[in-house]
Amino acid sequence: MELFLHQVLAGLATGGIYACMALAVVMIYQAIDHLNFAQGEMAMFSTFIAWQLIQWGIPYWAAFVLTIGISFIAGVLIDRIVLKPLHGQHILSHVVAFIALLSIFNSTAGFIWDWTIKSFASPFGSGQLFGQSLIGPHDAGMMAVTLVMLVFLYLFFRHTRIGLAMRAAAANPESAQLAGIRVGWMNALGWGMAAAIGSVAGMLIAPVVFLEPNMMLSILLYGFAGAVVGGLTSPGGAVLGGFAVGVIENLAGTYIPVVGREMKLSIALCIIVAVLCVKPSGLFGRPVVTRV
Amino acid sequence: MSKLLEARELCAFYGPTQVLFALGLNVDEGGITTLLGANGAGKTTTLRSLSGMCRTSGEIRFDGKPIAGRATEDIVRLGIAHVPQGRGTFSRQTVEENLQIGAMTRRGRAAIASDVERVYGYFPRLKERRTQQAGTLSGGEQQMLAVGRAMMLRPRLMLLDEPSFGLAPLIVEELFGILRTLNKSEKVSMLLVEQNASLALDLADHAYLIETGRLVMEGPAQHLRDDENIRKAYLGY
Repeated sequence: MELFLHQVLAGLATGGIYACMALAVVMIYQAIDHLNFAQGEMAMFSTFIAWQLIQWGIPYWAAFVLTIGISFIAGVLIDRIVLKPLHGQHILSHVVAFIALLSIFNSTAGFIWDWTIKSFASPFGSGQLFGQSLIGPHDAGMMAVTLVMLVFLYLFFRHTRIGLAMRAAAANPESAQLAGIRVGWMNALGWGMAAAIGSVAGMLIAPVVFLEPNMMLSILLYGFAGAVVGGLTSPGGAVLGGFAVGVIENLAGTYIPVVGREMKLSIALCIIVAVLCVKPSGLFGRPVVTRV
Repeated sequence: MSKLLEARELCAFYGPTQVLFALGLNVDEGGITTLLGANGAGKTTTLRSLSGMCRTSGEIRFDGKPIAGRATEDIVRLGIAHVPQGRGTFSRQTVEENLQIGAMTRRGRAAIASDVERVYGYFPRLKERRTQQAGTLSGGEQQMLAVGRAMMLRPRLMLLDEPSFGLAPLIVEELFGILRTLNKSEKVSMLLVEQNASLALDLADHAYLIETGRLVMEGPAQHLRDDENIRKAYLGY
């Protein structure tokens, strides 16, 4: 029983990270109707920036906040410079741009910080929390930070005017324009926020998976799985999906003998395929109906 | 009466295809102008051109200032509220959120809140459904919501694209009554696109008739209504 609880809690902790990635993916999907493959590499790059800031002697939490700010601005710039000219273009143009971004961030990180694996300090320390072994302090801290961020995002989107404007721009861009909302800038804001959310996910998961240019590859895959489970049209669903994927991954790795540690990643893909077969719009998404 | 909106030699294009051919069009300050024509005549395109949603050539002036070629958002911010074909409902947002979206360009919480109440005054049914998802409203209620959302901008000019489309006659009557009141008491000028010509000519004081993107006739609404030849040839009643 303790093993079970331990695995569930650990699953929820990493699930929080998947939830962040899923949310970042969904936010951009809502704005431009495409999946951003480069989301993980953007988060990885942000994490390297945080690492660099810490190396320069900046205290952890200052570096944390600074990295979020830098990532936000970078996200906005990516939208303005790369995505805005592609607006209304064919889906393949977007796919190519995302692959380009992915490879640019990946190799630039390798070029600047080289490909060796680095350890990334946890601000929550290691050892035991409250003298029990059910959940480590980093897992607990990860969960807490994720939850606080999700609550903030929820309040932002539900109760601020700019949050409503962003929702309107995503839901019905043309009608939003006719209400005078600057849809292009709302998209840019969405990119900035997605990049910022990704940077938090990267900084929190780095102490677990260690810092290197390919660290976010599998994390993003789990994030995609979470987004697909919850539904690409439902931010709340994507968050729940992320948590669910984290728990499923951990339990399957522990209790299904053939899965073990090596096969864990294929679970994400199995989940994606299974959900797409049974309920293509996800558990909380709504089917997209297009008039032809 | 002074001209609030003035279009000269207005042409519009979808890709290489020209859809409007040198239209000239005025809306008087405080007036209701209607734009009539058959399916595919270019009525919707005319409104979209005025809102900067089409590639156009020619001159468009609002309150004397040229607006052709400006971004839709900037044109809206000058006080032109466009109620689009299909109503443009934000279907997952609540009724009240839809109204708030309409006031997104404005400042001043108190004024916005009192305008929400003002819209509810005109459309009591919307008040009953204020917390409901807008997508669950009936067609008539969604059209009222679209007009309400446009009112939230405090516009000087409303562009209305077939507000009667798909609605029951009783609802249409109620809606057009409210449009008349808005025009009289709120001093909102209107450019009304309609297929239902008799309805539109009753409401409007001036009318334009277009056919395949070209102006074929204009004059006081009264005049078009009373001319049997025009009615039979173009308006089908």
